Amino acid sequence: MSEQTEASVRTEVKAWLAEHWDSSLGLVEWRNTLADSGWGMPTWPQQWFGRNLPAALLPIVNEEFVAANAVSVARSGIRMLAAETLLEHGTDTHKERFLRRILTGEDTWCQLFSEPGSGSDLAGATTRADFDGSDWIINGQKLWTTSAHHAQYGLLLARTDWDVPKHQGLSYFVLPMQQEGIEVQQVRQMNGHASFNQVFLTDAKIEADLQVSATGNGWRVAMTTLAHERRGADGLRGANLNFSLDGSPLTGAIYDEERQEIATVQEPYRWYPQRAGRVDLAMPRAKETGRINDPVVRQELAKLLVLSKSAEWTALRARAAQQQGRPQGPEGSLGKLASSNVARAASRVHTLIAGADAMLTGSDSPLNGIIAEILVSVPATSIAGGTDEIQRNIISERVLGMEKEPRSDTGPFRDVLKNTT
Amino acid sequence: MRFSFTDEQHQFRDVVQRFLRDKSPTTEVRRLMEGEEGYDPTVWKQLSEELGLSALHIPETYGGQGFSFIELGIVMEEMGRSLLCAPYFSSTVLAATAILNSASEQQKMELLPKIAAGGCLATLAFTEPNGRWDATNAELIAAASSSGYQLDGVKSFVLDGHIADLIIVVARTPGTDGEDGLSFFAVEGEAAGLERFPLQTMDATRRQARLDFHGVQAELLGELNRGTPALLKTLDQAAVALANEMVGGAQQLLDSAVAYSQMRVQFGRTIGSFQAIKHKCADLLLEVELARSAAYYAAAAAAEDDDDLPALASLAKSAASDTYMHAAADCIQIHGGIGFTWEHDSHLWFKRAKSSEVFLGDPSYHRELLIQRWQS
Repeated sequence: MSEQTEASVRTEVKAWLAEHWDSSLGLVEWRNTLADSGWGMPTWPQQWFGRNLPAALLPIVNEEFVAANAVSVARSGIRMLAAETLLEHGTDTHKERFLRRILTGEDTWCQLFSEPGSGSDLAGATTRADFDGSDWIINGQKLWTTSAHHAQYGLLLARTDWDVPKHQGLSYFVLPMQQEGIEVQQVRQMNGHASFNQVFLTDAKIEADLQVSATGNGWRVAMTTLAHERRGADGLRGANLNFSLDGSPLTGAIYDEERQEIATVQEPYRWYPQRAGRVDLAMPRAKETGRINDPVVRQELAKLLVLSKSAEWTALRARAAQQQGRPQGPEGSLGKLASSNVARAASRVHTLIAGADAMLTGSDSPLNGIIAEILVSVPATSIAGGTDEIQRNIISERVLGMEKEPRSDTGPFRDVLKNTT
Repeated sequence: MRFSFTDEQHQFRDVVQRFLRDKSPTTEVRRLMEGEEGYDPTVWKQLSEELGLSALHIPETYGGQGFSFIELGIVMEEMGRSLLCAPYFSSTVLAATAILNSASEQQKMELLPKIAAGGCLATLAFTEPNGRWDATNAELIAAASSSGYQLDGVKSFVLDGHIADLIIVVARTPGTDGEDGLSFFAVEGEAAGLERFPLQTMDATRRQARLDFHGVQAELLGELNRGTPALLKTLDQAAVALANEMVGGAQQLLDSAVAYSQMRVQFGRTIGSFQAIKHKCADLLLEVELARSAAYYAAAAAAEDDDDLPALASLAKSAASDTYMHAAADCIQIHGGIGFTWEHDSHLWFKRAKSSEVFLGDPSYHRELLIQRWQS
C-alpha cells in the first residue's frame, strides 16, 4: 500500500464521496455502502469495514464528510463500545455477525455491567452465568442500563466462578435481549426523568458461541469497554446533521432518518445540561432578577466564575500537553471531580438567585422549570460515571502515589461480604 | 499560548528552580528571618547579575532582559515554592512595573537600569494605615514647592520599605479626592524628612515598613494627576505575579503533606492509606491545579496586555489566595502535632500564605472586583 498523506487521503475521500454519496439513498442502504467501502470507520482494519487509516488522518475524512453533508455510520449509544470491544476481543464470527448491523444502525446495544449490589465495585457483580452443556444460563439483576428496552443485544459481565478472587471469576458475553427470561423496567430518578432501566434476568439463555472472553477473563474485556467509554466513544452527542457548513438547512429523507435515530438516543438525556449546573445561566439570571445587587449573591457568583473558568482552563492545559506530546500532568485526571464542584457551586448560586422560587418546580419554577431541574439534577454529577469518592481514590493513588487502602475482598469471592438484596 | 509553555520556558524554569533549591533551603530562610535586612545580599547579587532575574520583564531599552509576564510568572512560582527571602517582589515586580506604567521616557532611562542591575533596591509605597487596596486610598499629600514637590503623610505595609534605596510613592494633589489627583513620585530612601519604621510582620520572610513623610522632596514621575490608570494597571499586574507566587507555595505545601503521609505510620499503616487523608490531598491537588491554570492564564493575559487583565487578575488572585491558605491549613493538619511546632517548616509557608492572602486585597475584595470587571 502506498504511503498515505493528508493530501492523498483528502483527494481519495473527496473522489469517493463525489462518486457515491447520494442524499436520496435510504439510511441503511447508504451505511451498507460505507461499511463495504471502509469509509464509515476508516481507522478499523481493512478486513473489518475499515481502511487501516492512521488515527491522525481521521479528521481529514471527517472534514470531507461534513463538507459533503454526507451522513456517517451509526455512532450513537452503546453500539460503538460494543463494536470496539468485539473488534479487540471478539471472534471472527462475532465480527461478521454484529459489526455491519452496528454500523448501519439496525441493531441497538446496551451495557449490562452495574448491579444493585455493585456500583463503584463493578467487579463484585453477582449476576451468574452457568453452563448447562449447550447454553449459558443467566440469572441476576442489572441496573443503570440505558436503551435496554429497545436494544437487540447487551454486553454482559457475569460471574462464572465463585471460588476464585472476584476479578478472576467473571466472563463477558453478548446477550440477545429479545428473549423470554429478560424483563426490563424503567428506573425513575429523583428529577422525574427515567433515563435508565433495570434488567431482571431469569434463566435467560446465551448460546455458547456468544461468549466473548475466555471463561474467567471477563474483567479484562470489560476494561476495554470502559476505556472506550471514558474516551467518549459512546457518542451521546451524535453527529446531528441539521445544517450544512454554509448554514442552510439539510433536507431529505436520509437526514430525517438520522435525526430520528439521534433524537431517540438523546431523549433520555434531555436533563444532562442541567445536571452540570448550567453555569451559563447564572450571570444572566442574576442580572435579570436584580439579585446581582446583593453582595452575597455577588460573592457566590464570583466563586462560581472562578471555579468554572479555572476548570475550563485546566482541561485546556491537559489538552495542550497532549497535543505537544508532553506527559499529561495531574490536570488530566481532575476534570470529573472539578465538574462536580462546579455543578454544586452553580446549584448554590441558582438557589440564591431564585430565592423563595427555589421551592417550586415545573412551570411554577423559574425558566419554566429549568431552575428546579438544575437543583434536583446536580446530585447526579458526583455519582454517575464514577463517584467523587472513587475519583479521589484514583487521584490520590495514581497521581499522588499514595498507598491503597487495605482490602478485605481478595479471597475467594464466595467468602467476600456482599449486599443482601 | 495560555495553556502551555515553550521548551525555552521549561528550560528557564529548570534553571531558576536549581538556583533556588541551592540558595534558598529552609535553613537559609530561617537564618534570614532572624536578620534585620531580611535578605542575603550575596544571593541577591547572583540572582541579579548571574541570572538577570531583577531585570527580567524590564525592556532591553532600559537595561532589562525584555521577557514578559509569563517568564515573570515562572520566576514568581518558583520563588513562592522555595520561599525565597529577597526584595524581588518590591523592587522588580512592584517598583519597576509602576515606573514602566507611569514615568516619562527620560525617567525610565534613568531609573530602570539601576533596578534591572539589582544595585538599586526599589519599592512601591501605595497603601496607608487605612489598609485599603483600591486606588482611592491615598491621603498622603504632594504639594508643589519651589524645587519640585513635597510629600506629607504616612504610607504603610510598604514591602521592604526599611531597606529600599528608591521609593515610588503614590500621592494626592491637595484638594482632590477619589481617583482624581493621584500621581507617582520618586523619593530617595535616605531623603531628609523620611522616617522609616520596620513593621513586625507575621511573615518574617517578607518585610514591611511604615514610612512617615515630613516635607520630603520628591520627583514627579510622568504627568501630574494622571496616576490612576497606571496605578490600577500596576496593581493588576502585581496581583497576577503574586497569584503565581502563591501557586508555587501551595504546591510546595501539597508535596510536603503527601510526602509526610507516605512516611508517617499510625495504626500499623501509613496515614496516606486512609481515605480521610487521601481525599484531602486529592481535593487539594484539584484546587492547586485550578489556581495554577488561573494564574498561568492571567500571566499570559498580562504578557499580552489583554483588555481582560483586570478581571483575570482578580480571578487569579482570589483563587490563589483561597488555595494557598487551604493548602497551608491542610498541610499542618496532615502533619498533626508536629505541624504546629516552630521547628517544623510548614508554618513558614502558612505565614506567607496569610500575608499574601491579604496583600493587594483579600479574596472577597477580588471577588467583588471580578463581578464589576467581568465582561460577558
